[in-house]
Amino acid sequence: MLGLLQRLLGQETQSSKKIAKERLRLVLVHDRADVSPHFFEALKNDLVEVISKYMEIDTRRLEVKLHNSPEAVALVANIPVLGMKKNYGS
Amino acid sequence: MGKVVVITSGKGGVGKTTAVANIGTALAQLGQQVVMVDTDIGLRNLDVVVGLENRIVYNLVDAVKGRCRLRQALVRDKHLENLFLLPAAQTEDKTAVTAEQMVELCRELKQDYDFVLIDSPAGIEQGFANAVAGAEQAVVITTPEVAAVRDADRVIGLLESRGLKEPQLIINRIRPDMVRRGDMMDMDDILDILAIRLLGIIPEDEHIVVSTNRGEPAVWDKGSRAGLAFRNISRRLMGEEVPLLPIFNHGGLVQRLRRLMGLK
Ligand SMILES: Nc1ncnc2c1ncn2[C@@H]1O[C@H](COP(=O)(O)OP(=O)(O)O)[C@@H](O)[C@H]1O
Ligand SMILES: [Mg+2]
Repeated sequence: MLGLLQRLLGQETQSSKKIAKERLRLVLVHDRADVSPHFFEALKNDLVEVISKYMEIDTRRLEVKLHNSPEAVALVANIPVLGMKKNYGS
Repeated sequence: MGKVVVITSGKGGVGKTTAVANIGTALAQLGQQVVMVDTDIGLRNLDVVVGLENRIVYNLVDAVKGRCRLRQALVRDKHLENLFLLPAAQTEDKTAVTAEQMVELCRELKQDYDFVLIDSPAGIEQGFANAVAGAEQAVVITTPEVAAVRDADRVIGLLESRGLKEPQLIINRIRPDMVRRGDMMDMDDILDILAIRLLGIIPEDEHIVVSTNRGEPAVWDKGSRAGLAFRNISRRLMGEEVPLLPIFNHGGLVQRLRRLMGLK
């Protein structure tokens, strides 16, 4: 009855297929990153290369990881900055 | 020279053995020389699904270890003289055969058969490695569930890293009624996520249970939708272009009406 009412009022709960697809998408972000052992290494190296054009960074303390929340996966990078470059972008 | 095709999944119970039995039988019905190889050592069941459990004398391990000639280990089907089963050993474990031995076995079989269909065990350990070792083409099977699709993704990655490029996907046990209600992922959702070519879709079908009880694959049953879907898959494997069954050309009523009226 409540279900019918909700449907009439257009507030139908999200279909279970949408939930399944979303969960699948999130779990695969992790799986695919985990499976390839060089994934984070390669990503770090590229980040260092780009950011070094703009800032002096502490590459040894640089941290990159995936952060989970129920509805999204975020790439979190912690990059200690030592100083700014004068001729940035070059 | 024939083709060696492995049917695999990662997750157990999604329909690998059912698929091998039905595709093998359908290919043989179409006149191909077919051998189905059960690599699930220790847990053999392809023999029961195709109704040949009482005719087994030797098995895959016997053949590989030279305890018999390869020919002697092949069991001929009851109805089709061009269909054979190489059964798994029931009393040995998965380490009884090496990947190199599987490569050699497949090389020999494909000289005499148009299709060598490999049924693989669940998992991604040695049994999986053995099953895919001699294959040149891979078919991944999944059901429309999160866990099964997730494992399929893992297996696709492993296949590709082993040089089995462009595996194809079978989605099994689709229920069009649930898809329509929004309670089951459909082929678009799954293909979207896996980025893989589709080989076919098999509906959930009670005939599969009945035919497995009898040991006669559903492709013998003209009234079985799953059987028809498996026959279509077999024709695709032979290179024919066969459209999907109309039950899967879904879309809502409005869309179907529009299509009927030529608006789309
Ligand atoms: N399309 C289908 N409709 C109904 N039952 C199915 C279907 N496909 C498989 N099954 C059933 O699911 C179970 C597992 O199938 P099986 O082929 O043994 O899986 P696997 O070899 O991957 O472990 C069996 O009982 C089989 O009869
Ligand atoms: Mg099986």
